[in-house]
Amino acid sequence: MSEIPHIGFIVAAYLVSAVVILAMIGAIVVDYRRLSRALRRLDATRKGDDAP
Amino acid sequence: MANLANPTAFLAVTRRALPWLALATAALFVVGLWSAFLAPPDYQQGETVKIMYIHVPAAWLSSFIYVVMTAASLGTLVWRHPLADAAQKAAAPLGAGFTFICLVTGSLWGKPMWGAYWVWDARLTSVLVLFILYLGLVALWRSIEDPGRAARAAAILTLVGCVNLPIIKFSVDWWNTLHQPASVFRLGGPTIAPELLWPLLVMALAFTLLFIVLHLMAIRNEILRRRLARLTMLVAAEGDALAHRFVAGESGA
Repeated sequence: MSEIPHIGFIVAAYLVSAVVILAMIGAIVVDYRRLSRALRRLDATRKGDDAP
Repeated sequence: MANLANPTAFLAVTRRALPWLALATAALFVVGLWSAFLAPPDYQQGETVKIMYIHVPAAWLSSFIYVVMTAASLGTLVWRHPLADAAQKAAAPLGAGFTFICLVTGSLWGKPMWGAYWVWDARLTSVLVLFILYLGLVALWRSIEDPGRAARAAAILTLVGCVNLPIIKFSVDWWNTLHQPASVFRLGGPTIAPELLWPLLVMALAFTLLFIVLHLMAIRNEILRRRLARLTMLVAAEGDALAHRFVAGESGA
């Protein structure tokens, strides 16, 4: 495998792409969880206020 | 389709569709990467041509995402579609991400083939301008607090920036560039051997589906962010009203 010319460039290209794609997925998933948690907390606060 | 303009309907549809779309994306990536690594080397470039299977789909997506944003901008300014500005805002960071992949993989492909990581030729420079446009749009959304004003400003900037799309596409024909001319989408048909073309098309489909999945997820986040902002204001208003009643009761007693 190491005898393939320019293997370092090929591996680096795939690694950078994987890192950027995983970072985009991670950022969106983390943002979704944070928003869902905040909405649940706010809903609970409102229901608590409405309770007699 | 018109039903999707309703954010609640959009959330319900994406909840059902996202797992299947994500599964299809993962399957396409497995098939695409497998066939890309089994594909024969290019007669001139050798195995370095494997960079093509990520560079070219990322390059196509970088322009395609801007087309999506342009359509969303028209939706914001002309039809005032309720989800258009959310779609535009959600696409900008993804466009920046895929354009970054395109620039970096192109640079890593250029060094062994051209002898340089970067040259100021028309194709490379116009794609760099596209990347800066994406970053500018992300910054614009973050710098204006009022979502309505931010949406209109971003839509106008997007429409102005779309003049760059034909420049990117035809730069290799209009100017004498180091970058090769179009070899897949051209009038005379593709000039790539089928053994190399098929893995490229599968990878392009996988990248496109990945963008669709991420875009739907990011639009969903945007809807939740707006719902959260509305609820926070409502809770604050209810709190104020309660405090006023309390103060009025105290002073009346």
